[in-house]
Amino acid sequence: MKKILAILLVLMMVLPTVALADDMPVVKIGVFEPASGDNGAGGKQEMLGMQYANLETPTVVIGGTEYKVQLVYADNGSATDKAPSAASELVNQQVSVVLGSYGSGVSIAGSPIFEQAGIPAIGVTCTNPQVTLGNDHYFRICFLDPFQGTILANYAYNTLNVQVAYCLAELGNDYDVGLVHNFKQAFEALGGMVIDETFPTGTSDFTSYINNAIGYGAGVFFAPCSIAYTTLMIDQAAGLGVDFTLLGSDTWDNNKVLESTVGTNLNVMISTFYQEGGNKEFDEGFKAWLNSDAEALTNNGGNDIVAAMSAMGYDAYYVALEALKAAGTTDSKAVNAALWNVVYEGVSGKIAFLPETGDADRNEAYIKKANTENESWDFVAVATVD
Amino acid sequence: MFKTVFPYLLTGISVGGQYALIAIGYTMVYGILRLINFAHGDVFMVAGIVMVYLNASGMPLWLSILLTLLITVIIGFAIERVAYKPLRSAPRMSIMISAIGVSYTLQNLVLYITGGLNQFYPKIPFISNTVSIFGVNTKMVTLVTPVLTAILVVALVQLINHTKIGMAMRAVSKDFETSQLMGIKINSVISTTFIIGSFLAAVGSMLYFTNYNTVIQTSGSMPGLKAFVAAVFGGIGSIPGAVIGAFIIGICENIIKGLDIILFKSGITKQNLGLATFSDAFTFALLIVILVVKPTGLFGEKTTDKV
Repeated sequence: MKKILAILLVLMMVLPTVALADDMPVVKIGVFEPASGDNGAGGKQEMLGMQYANLETPTVVIGGTEYKVQLVYADNGSATDKAPSAASELVNQQVSVVLGSYGSGVSIAGSPIFEQAGIPAIGVTCTNPQVTLGNDHYFRICFLDPFQGTILANYAYNTLNVQVAYCLAELGNDYDVGLVHNFKQAFEALGGMVIDETFPTGTSDFTSYINNAIGYGAGVFFAPCSIAYTTLMIDQAAGLGVDFTLLGSDTWDNNKVLESTVGTNLNVMISTFYQEGGNKEFDEGFKAWLNSDAEALTNNGGNDIVAAMSAMGYDAYYVALEALKAAGTTDSKAVNAALWNVVYEGVSGKIAFLPETGDADRNEAYIKKANTENESWDFVAVATVD
Repeated sequence: MFKTVFPYLLTGISVGGQYALIAIGYTMVYGILRLINFAHGDVFMVAGIVMVYLNASGMPLWLSILLTLLITVIIGFAIERVAYKPLRSAPRMSIMISAIGVSYTLQNLVLYITGGLNQFYPKIPFISNTVSIFGVNTKMVTLVTPVLTAILVVALVQLINHTKIGMAMRAVSKDFETSQLMGIKINSVISTTFIIGSFLAAVGSMLYFTNYNTVIQTSGSMPGLKAFVAAVFGGIGSIPGAVIGAFIIGICENIIKGLDIILFKSGITKQNLGLATFSDAFTFALLIVILVVKPTGLFGEKTTDKV
């Protein structure tokens, strides 16, 4: 009996490899994203873009051979203490290139693991400068926080005519604190006054912070925080009947955030990477896929609004394919070397990497306003910095 | 001055009431079993998730409220029967570890069910409405919470002091083994304790999530921890102590968050000092101070070791 069991077990281990051997060769792309935790909703939207792209283009020709592209997922749990083990999981799976993560903190935490293994990573929407600074393996396809902070500060000061801004960040979150710092610098340089405060992880009571903003007579409430906190802030601000503008960063471009603004009379404005309608073909294809796949629809927050995260995830996947094609091999080190010269015209605009940092050469951001009646984002302006 | 402090006071009282409802669950279980039920905060979170899903299923709100209370009570009861009862004669450390296990099981179960996405708590009419009081806008729930907490606590104290099961509870908490010898059915007393604790946690979760409308799998940990601190602060095992402790912590925490602007408006400081950051640090520092000065907490019983 025991022997039969042992043989069965051995067979079970052998069979999958046999099955694969007949098939096309496989190239693995690691997806380093949060599927749980405070940023789970954002990570999922980014993944949706990649999954859709993978569905659209499931194979790639590398060095004359056609490869099947397999996405390998690792959940970094939105937490910097879980990120390194998620990164190691991808390294063990021998992925050729990594996409992600949503959230700069986890990207920074996972970065050394990829560096040691010689695997390049393409940041999709992580905007903190630290992610790509001082390394050769981390790239990114989005704009950076000093740019985003300046855009928002300019918008608040020049367009909204606000003199006093209240900023709130999660204590110890690299993304929040960094972006608030950039916003503060730019806003104060323009001549405005900034009050910035931080809250500890796990806070759910923001009424006192919102009361502080009211007390200081702030004209904007800038809180570039994780989605789980953002929805709480919006609800509580609505309850307190505030009249200042809630200003958000790219993290706010999420359907859960949008949903929480419905039926309120709040003024919610955000800066982001992509505006729905930017590429009709992508929008329509993506929506059709969401509506045909129940799980994808749930992960998108239950509706078919195209978040900028998804468009960026979609572009990141194609950038990875371009790099694989250019490298002519699935070897991660060669892909890393090839990435520097990749130029790709994506749905979110042209993507090319700057020498040294590996950041995308971007100088445009979209400003959107939440439509609290029909749950959608209204386009406001394209913002640039000279 | 009053106008500056008042909003923070209001929030503090409301948060304090919600902590109080959770803290009672901690303190009662400790009083009877000498067990710190680490899973209690997660029972509170599960109550929130149950409500979200019941409401999404399309049933009327009153029914989902009743069912939430019922299901939470059943969960609390089941946890005790499955994870704590078999360990009753085991060392106290084992049962505590079991409690931590239950806590993580609940969190991960919810993570699996929700897929890590934050869920919006349904709006309960009346208590979700915004009201204006002395020129400060707030939700009705802020005013309802302290009143409801007071009513429930008074009812609970009556139950403990004037009913047979209450008498049994008091006996068990004084001396576990002797009360068993006197014919008290230990198991039913302990189950009742968990049922009451879970019921209050479910009521607390309705008030709490109406105010803070996002539920994720970790939503229970911070309120649970604060409520535990409140229970220790007031003297663990004492119900009035837990309630007073909870209100003190809720109010202090919110005053600290607003301290900067209070000082600023009253002209004591000229700039923002960033004190709001320390609101949680303050809560736990307060706990340490109280324990150093009065190890049994504010209303804790003196323990005399008989040799």
